[in-house]
Amino acid sequence: MKRNDFLSHVAWTGSGIAYALSGAGIFTGRALADAASATQFVQISDSHIGFHQPANPDVGATLKASVDAINAMPVQPKFVVHTGDITHLSTQQQFDDARAILSQLRAPLIALPGEHDVLGSDFKTYRTNFGIKDAEDGGWASWDDSGVHYIALINVFNFEKMGLMGNDQLTWLKKDLQSQYQQTPIVVFTHVPLYALYPQWGWTTQDGASALAMLSSFDHVTILNGHIHQIVTHVEGNIHFASATATAYPQPRPGTAPNPGPVTLPHDQLLHAIGYRTVRLDNGTAGIEQHPLG
Amino acid sequence: MKQLLLSLALALVTVHLHNDAYSPANVTIHTGDTVRFVNDDDDAHTVTSTNGWFDSKGLDTNGTWSHTFDKAGIFRYFCELHPFMKGTVTVTDVHA
Repeated sequence: MKRNDFLSHVAWTGSGIAYALSGAGIFTGRALADAASATQFVQISDSHIGFHQPANPDVGATLKASVDAINAMPVQPKFVVHTGDITHLSTQQQFDDARAILSQLRAPLIALPGEHDVLGSDFKTYRTNFGIKDAEDGGWASWDDSGVHYIALINVFNFEKMGLMGNDQLTWLKKDLQSQYQQTPIVVFTHVPLYALYPQWGWTTQDGASALAMLSSFDHVTILNGHIHQIVTHVEGNIHFASATATAYPQPRPGTAPNPGPVTLPHDQLLHAIGYRTVRLDNGTAGIEQHPLG
Repeated sequence: MKQLLLSLALALVTVHLHNDAYSPANVTIHTGDTVRFVNDDDDAHTVTSTNGWFDSKGLDTNGTWSHTFDKAGIFRYFCELHPFMKGTVTVTDVHA
């Protein structure tokens, strides 16, 4: 953990304890008022509820630890976004178990599907349990909050060509962006990376370039994804990409192993490699702070 | 009697899912034979026909799934979770 990350992590935790002790849910004070003036949300990803292997024998516990830490934030985020692979095998039991934990979040939850959530081309089970409110028929959505335009894209429908958005979604995206000002900060959520991060392992979106071409004309674009279980940042013009860690287990760095998949680490190192992150938007620029669980 | 001899001759072929690959990736069998897929990985996989004819659904670690191929042809499949995993079952007609 870098020193800055560690300090911010401790700061959150410390404030969280103070909050729990006060119990009133009302905070005053300059520092907290300043924090509240910026738009802040939290991203979690890849919880894989139902996974029971050495890389993380208790994925429920690490998701719960993330939820508890987020709930302890002295100023609650606007929302928590889960960028997919909530479950490991899309079973109703796994969705039930995930919901039992995620429903404890104090902040509103917005959950995208990963390919593990729609296995067997079953989009319905995800949608019944976690579908985004007021989403388009295809499941994708956009909304505005505090001057920021948020877009949740789904790129896990076509398994054989994963990731793929499809023409319907691209047509919708084009129309959605036409009503935005060039200066409006845009934040996009996806599961699979929208650019060719590492196509050899399927870490790409086949028609992502079409979406990126539409987004390239805006001044401030931040694209946050999951799927690869590790932090990778990338910049293309005004578009800033940042992949998130999982709450379940890490995967190898691209090309450093024969194939992707769960990496088994000693428990303390596992906790350092998983967790959640806060995203703070100031004048369109996203400041991301990682919060590992250990 | 002919029927019995035929059924005794039916084969069971095993394909392992290991290190994000099907092994062996290409098998050749006769009509009526069964292919058993065994997931040896820590990660989940699927055995999904490219044309929608069969689908193991999510196959967890140590999970097995079998499929009997009654018709001759070349059947391509892949893993929904790792689309770079590809395999083929070639089925030849037992009467041919």
